[in-house]
Amino acid sequence: MIRVILPAHLRTLARVDGEVKLDVPPPVTFGAVLDALEAAYPMLRGTIRDHVTLKRRAFLRFFVCGEDLSHEPADTPLPDAVVAGHEPFLVVGAMAGG
Amino acid sequence: MSRIRLLVGTRKGAFILTSDGTRKSWDVNGPHFGGWEMYHLKGSPADPNRLYASQSSGWFGQVIQRSSDGGRTWETMGNKFAYEGATGTHLWYDGTPHPWDFARVWHLEPSPTDPDTVYAGVEDAALFRSTDGGQTWSELPGLRRHPSAGVWQPGAGGMCLHTILLDPATPGRMFIAISAAGTFRSDDGGGSWKPINKGLRSEQIPDPTAEVGHCVHRITQHRARPNTLFMQKHWDVMRTDDAGETWREVSGNLPTDFGFPIDVHAHEPETIYVVPIKSDSEHYPPEGKLRVYRSRTGGNEWEPLTRGLPQQHCYVNVLRDAMAVDALDPCGIYFGTTGGQVYGSADGGDSWAPIVQHLPSVVAVEAQTLP
Repeated sequence: MIRVILPAHLRTLARVDGEVKLDVPPPVTFGAVLDALEAAYPMLRGTIRDHVTLKRRAFLRFFVCGEDLSHEPADTPLPDAVVAGHEPFLVVGAMAGG
Repeated sequence: MSRIRLLVGTRKGAFILTSDGTRKSWDVNGPHFGGWEMYHLKGSPADPNRLYASQSSGWFGQVIQRSSDGGRTWETMGNKFAYEGATGTHLWYDGTPHPWDFARVWHLEPSPTDPDTVYAGVEDAALFRSTDGGQTWSELPGLRRHPSAGVWQPGAGGMCLHTILLDPATPGRMFIAISAAGTFRSDDGGGSWKPINKGLRSEQIPDPTAEVGHCVHRITQHRARPNTLFMQKHWDVMRTDDAGETWREVSGNLPTDFGFPIDVHAHEPETIYVVPIKSDSEHYPPEGKLRVYRSRTGGNEWEPLTRGLPQQHCYVNVLRDAMAVDALDPCGIYFGTTGGQVYGSADGGDSWAPIVQHLPSVVAVEAQTLP
């Protein structure tokens, strides 16, 4: 079970409290996690990455186990600690704006 | 007795204001979608409880919301606004080619007859349509493929398609306006488009009478006289009586040549309203006095409406989609400011009162007249 922590506005949009838990078949890459997230919560499509290009939105980043995966290929495997559910996959919004 | 529902979009959420037909006491409901920019909300004329809302943010992009119960509950709809085919380029601020890039939905215009059909005007300028209640969106690409599109340029707020008028008399006729390209008309349901900017004059562009390139801020139409359109341009208030073939200036005695909204009285096709704003970068009312100007002669002769509006130290703006009229008699007029006030008049503009005073900066106001 993959644990995903979303920014507050996306939790509101998805109507979830706290962490999202997803079943993701192996190989567990961060692209596969986003695919599973959007399949479970279609209202999040387009809010994290572009519908067509799948490019990450500029003010969002992806972190796991203290590492920034934002600029890694989508087929990058996630660490065992994330796959085992010990550590979450974080979608982090930039601290910016007014 | 009829009721009025105002749909207010702000920089930090949406608000729904309701009153009975006296329009003296208002309930304020919101914020909905707190923290998000709500560029526009509008109800279906065919089913007033069907509302559409454009929700966006710099972090998370565009979201479309739909309500089927007058705004009590909402559901998230489709937000895939993909340009059809090759996107090409328009001109950037510096005159260099710039790829078409979707940013947000500025305006939602529901069909007058079908609650599931709604048009969306977007930045970068294009027109989309949904016929399934907002679940999926398809571009009407004839507009973006117009031969002039390669030289369209953004206004300071972005290259937005901000006004959509669905002609009430001629099937298939529509008008749209783009900052800063101008006004266009389609007579075939959005398949093909014609620039209708003859008579517009913008001294600060290289060719003041160019076919395209004018910063049209808003156009409006009275359903009893569909060939007459009124326009608030970046400079001047304009009028056409031949569906846009030719325009003439009707600014008359207005105190400035600049402003954003323009609207028509619900029952008097020659009575129009604007809010003059100081140009070119101040964008606040002249002399610190918030005044709506009314013309009962279709332009040229204007009177300031001040009763109940702040007449000193007022430096707010009123944006292009932030004025609306209701269908009661006497006609109600409403507008929202960048200072977070929503003002209403229940007597055609003779007197005004704040409905709510401390909202986030108001972007859009729409009025629904309910049975």
